[in-house]
Amino acid sequence: MTLVQLSRVTPGVSDWFFQSLSSPFIAAAGDSRLERLPIIARDLLTSRLPEPWRWWLNSLLAILVVLFGFAILFALLTLVERKVLGRVQNRPGPNRTGLPFTKLRLFGLGQPLADGIKMLTKEDIVPRSADKLLHFLAPVALLAFSILTFAVLPFGRNLVPVELDAGILYFFAAGAGTELAVFMAGWASRNKYSLLAAMRALAQLISYELPLLLSFVPVIMMAGTLSTTGVVEAQAGWKFGFIPHWHVLTPWGFAAFVIFMVSALAESNRSPFDLPEAESELIAGHLTEYSGFKYALFFMAEYFGMCALSAMAVTLFLGGWRAPLPFLEIVPSYVWFALKLFALLFGFIWIRATFPRLRIDQLTRFAWKFLVPMALINLGTAAFWSLTCNWSGPLQLARWAIALALVAGPFVVMGRKLSRDYAPRTYRYA
Amino acid sequence: MLGIGLLKGLGVTAKNLVGSFHDPARLVTTEYPEQRTKLPENYRNFPFLVYDGTAAIDGLRCVACKICEVECPPQCIYIIPDRDEKGRPTKKPKVFDIDISVCMSCQICVEVCPFDAIKMDQQYEIAEADRFDRLLLKREALAKPNSYYQEIHPAEAAQVDAMLAEARRKADAKAKAAAEAAAAKAATAKPGAANPPTRPPAPSGSTPATAAMKPATAAMPEPAVPPVQPTQTPAENSATGNPVAPKTGTPGA
Repeated sequence: MTLVQLSRVTPGVSDWFFQSLSSPFIAAAGDSRLERLPIIARDLLTSRLPEPWRWWLNSLLAILVVLFGFAILFALLTLVERKVLGRVQNRPGPNRTGLPFTKLRLFGLGQPLADGIKMLTKEDIVPRSADKLLHFLAPVALLAFSILTFAVLPFGRNLVPVELDAGILYFFAAGAGTELAVFMAGWASRNKYSLLAAMRALAQLISYELPLLLSFVPVIMMAGTLSTTGVVEAQAGWKFGFIPHWHVLTPWGFAAFVIFMVSALAESNRSPFDLPEAESELIAGHLTEYSGFKYALFFMAEYFGMCALSAMAVTLFLGGWRAPLPFLEIVPSYVWFALKLFALLFGFIWIRATFPRLRIDQLTRFAWKFLVPMALINLGTAAFWSLTCNWSGPLQLARWAIALALVAGPFVVMGRKLSRDYAPRTYRYA
Repeated sequence: MLGIGLLKGLGVTAKNLVGSFHDPARLVTTEYPEQRTKLPENYRNFPFLVYDGTAAIDGLRCVACKICEVECPPQCIYIIPDRDEKGRPTKKPKVFDIDISVCMSCQICVEVCPFDAIKMDQQYEIAEADRFDRLLLKREALAKPNSYYQEIHPAEAAQVDAMLAEARRKADAKAKAAAEAAAAKAATAKPGAANPPTRPPAPSGSTPATAAMKPATAAMPEPAVPPVQPTQTPAENSATGNPVAPKTGTPGA
């Protein structure tokens, strides 16, 4: 579809269209109308405003869209998680709550709404001996830190709320603030379980922060930038016309992706690393003394953190909003981003449905004795990969073989060493 | 190798996830209010009163003999026999209450009943808002047709029906023989005077079921307890004649 046709279709908005096209940044965008839909919609709302107001309103719109989008995603995700967990356990999951004021059940689609109303109408209890200010601030801080991380995620072509040069650094700096909030919650509750859980959470989060950060350093080495859009740019194009240049499809990228996802599981307190809120050991961990809406805020923050880390994994390793095949580029970029995000979130749920919880010593041992060394070795692999980028012909095969060996060798050796004492357990009396 | 077990585990859960959508053997949940599982025939709780025919109260097999009331361990049954205007018992319960908040479903009332009048039900949805009124089942709520009994306990009901039919057949034969003997005696003693027999043989085709009960019980080989004919006056009955203390669950009965 040419630009002339486009302007003919929407004569009333042709002025803003060419106006926005004239900016060099937008000019590089995809030319599909669907692709530009979010920006078109935004400009329809704000193009008539004078310049400083327009910038303010654009930013506000971006914030609102991100917040509402992820709030709805959170609501649906709680339902999807329960449905999937139910199906894995061969039961239907929540299916009674329908749409309000109708007889429609729609597979329990009203469940998030019912949960929300329940959470809002519950009594907000603050323990008498709690630190009232910190007890109140902890859920707020947790949610604030996890929302901050959404600012730099590229949700589609030109759809990044804030274009930061050090976007990835900002993302993980903001994400690290959640640990503080978790400890605030545990400390302020004045409850032994909460405090124990908070200490566990700190041990876990700090242990896994290291492999999480080390795992994406190779990506920054390859892309040569800390900007999230830059990383997505670095994954553009296709080899042989059909293999995308995604980082996950290289030996070092695959290893880094796995390490990143394992660390992300631990960072977002998800099963099998849900020690801080281990029900069977610590009641509800740092959430023990929270009820009602504050409890809901904690849950929201957990899911927001999960979404943010998954979105970052998509950006760093799965090509961001890029389509997997050239002819699939007709599908808008934000749809691809959403699909990849959903796939990773489903992976989170699948893993939760499968694995039992680790013990605290197994948890830290796995981080320090396996993930951190693997991530460090992976740095070397990535360095080798970038040094040999001009190898061609049969040398290309050698490059792949050496890189794969550098990934698989340490994995096998360290894995064997790590699981030696745990190797097949014999149950004598079971 | 490290991780193989994890992948196997993921495979197992994936198989369950996919299988639950197309394999009915996997998704075994019965969604209760809409779907119900068929109860096993031997399932029992809370007794009910069997009636024959179509009239619920008139067709009751119960003769208000009060054996079940006496035998009931938690004493949840309360019976007042009905009497006609002359004060004679009509062999019907005027009041038959079962407090199912007290009943423990022990089936002893069923086992002691010589008339097969009380049987175990399969009703389990008995939640009520009011425990003083709604859980005290009256005669009308307890009376259920024999067809219902056949439906919930087919084998047992068939046995009981066969036994009752056999008893009725024997009683009819006996009554017929007695009538014939009486007729022959009358014919020899006073020919021409055809006075009716003391107990006319009931025509077997259109017998009211309760009428058939009397010969049936009379013909029973060994009744567990001889049928107690209530002979006390109502005042005696309520005050002293009844060994069972008045129950808390039956206020104002």
